[in-house]
Amino acid sequence: MNWSIIIESTLEAMVTKNAVVFALAAIGLNIHYGYTGLLNFGQAGFMAAGAYGTGIAITQWGWTIGPAALFGIVLSVLLAFFLGLPTLRLRADYLAIVTIAAAEIIRRIVKSTQYSEVTGGSGGLNGIGRGFYDNNPIDSGLDLGIVSFSERELWFMVVGWGVVVLCMVLTYLLVRSPWGRVLKAIREDEDAVRSLGKNVTWYKMQSLILGGMFGALGGIMLTLEQQSVQPDQFFTPTTFFAFTALILGGAGRVFGPVVGSMLFWGIIQFTDVSLRQAIANDHIPTWLMDGVQAGQVRFIIAGGLLAALMIFRQQGLFGNKREVALDDH
Amino acid sequence: MTTDAFDQVEPRPGSPKRDTILSVDGLVRRFGGITAVDVDHLEIQANAITGLIGPNGAGKTTFFNLITGFDEVTAGTFQFKGEPLEGVPAYKVARKGLVRTFQLTKALSKLSVIENMKLGAVGQVGENPFKALIRPIWGNQEREIEARADELLKRFKLYEKRDDYAGELSGGQRKLLEMARALMADPEVICLDEPMAGVNPALTQSLLQHVKELKDEGLTVVFVEHDMDVVRDISDWVVVMAEGSIIAEGSHASIGKNQAVIDAYLGTAHEIDLGTIELDPEKH
Ligand SMILES: Nc1ncnc2c1ncn2[C@@H]1O[C@H](COP(=O)(O)OP(=O)(O)O)[C@@H](O)[C@H]1O
Ligand SMILES: [Mg+2]
Repeated sequence: MNWSIIIESTLEAMVTKNAVVFALAAIGLNIHYGYTGLLNFGQAGFMAAGAYGTGIAITQWGWTIGPAALFGIVLSVLLAFFLGLPTLRLRADYLAIVTIAAAEIIRRIVKSTQYSEVTGGSGGLNGIGRGFYDNNPIDSGLDLGIVSFSERELWFMVVGWGVVVLCMVLTYLLVRSPWGRVLKAIREDEDAVRSLGKNVTWYKMQSLILGGMFGALGGIMLTLEQQSVQPDQFFTPTTFFAFTALILGGAGRVFGPVVGSMLFWGIIQFTDVSLRQAIANDHIPTWLMDGVQAGQVRFIIAGGLLAALMIFRQQGLFGNKREVALDDH
Repeated sequence: MTTDAFDQVEPRPGSPKRDTILSVDGLVRRFGGITAVDVDHLEIQANAITGLIGPNGAGKTTFFNLITGFDEVTAGTFQFKGEPLEGVPAYKVARKGLVRTFQLTKALSKLSVIENMKLGAVGQVGENPFKALIRPIWGNQEREIEARADELLKRFKLYEKRDDYAGELSGGQRKLLEMARALMADPEVICLDEPMAGVNPALTQSLLQHVKELKDEGLTVVFVEHDMDVVRDISDWVVVMAEGSIIAEGSHASIGKNQAVIDAYLGTAHEIDLGTIELDPEKH
């Protein structure tokens, strides 16, 4: 077993692309689910809106990154209206059903040959946002001994985590305000909030929009990092990875989704590399598991860990135990 | 004394009032085959305490739901201060000054008691998501709201609990909190659905006192209550519902002698002593 490789790749996974992208997606879900109690099972759709909006504006229309990203965010706002208007008046489960379906429809549309001129079909879009790395002011990598980063990675991390921190600050400012109080109250009991003169449906819409915008930012960061985007990156499990990250870190906490995303990708990477190492070094016989199967088993193990967490620490890492205990009433 | 307001009022269902703040006409609500509410005409006197009584299933809660926009009428109209209210969404009804509480308490468990209270205040600038970002915009208003909330909490003997989660309160304390929170919304009319149910008897007296004070402050109170001692103690006027309709109106003295009322109560499966009508408060 090569422990230094295991540790290095685990640490790397905790701070690079996926950790950033899913931190943003989970921050969005935290607004929806953690603070407002909305079940958006289609966060992948909002991420796709951001990613494809940016990608299409850059590759098809030659826009620069700034306006293109803004366009992606506008698309996510439109998506929120489109999904929210018919469903937010209804019971919570309607939103869940509609969003999960909508995200899947979006993925299939961008994947279809019908629109491949614009969306690139199943191959997706390439050569997006070269300007992102061209503008990289960092001219040398960073070697921390146990783990090292190229200048490209560093640049993405600076921008990506910068965006994450900005979103956390926004979340913090909003949830401590009277606006945040209304959302938290809606999470507990909509009718009580209505009886106090608040337009609940409109607040839920605001929540859906804001969380969707955070999701879109995740999609945008994904696109910029890869300089490409593929439709299957927005399959249904993408939403549930973000949910897992949120629950792991603790819903309804500002830091919850961010720490959760880092841990989630750390655990995935750790189990993946450990299993591969163990197989390569014959610690695990191939009749039991081979290298290809390890890629699936890592999710099984991550799921098992999450289940254990829910049993022993229901509130997630950052959650408030006293609050969770109130659910029993 | 507002009791005078009823001097000239006939004790019969649908009788006109001197200052009507709320009136309903031909109000019907059906659930499938059940007619939950069927009220020909009812007027509620402003700045008075009206008790709404009736056996379980009489339609009292449904009546509250209808006039506060929480349920849709099958037929009929109703006016608040002369303005038609049918089809107006619940939150707008509340903003107009017609605020209700719920029979099954809706304290917001994971918000602290003080946050519950502050939520009730209307016209908060910080409830706009853009202004919410900048505390100086809403900070002063927040402090004023908090001061008002603390006053009410003291009045309702909840001040010691202000920083506890509402979910940690007893059932009776939650009832008190819900009533205090409704008052934060500056109502003109407050509809209380069984406000005393589950409240510790020691607190009931002071709670009754608060309700009387509300009237002195100019509010109109409509409340559902099963305890006839309570009804006798605080209501200026009593309206009796049975099987969806208003079967009697009058002072509590005249109600106790009303044959239709006695029949309505005896017609139910409950043990009734009209001296102290004490139906099961947790009937659900
Ligand atoms: N949502 C509903 N669906 C079906 N029936 C209902 C509903 N709400 C109330 N009812 C029925 O309407 C009648 C009146 O109920 P309710 O207004 O709760 O009476 P009260 O508050 O006077 O005890 C009852 O027969 C009840 O079963
Ligand atoms: Mg009732």
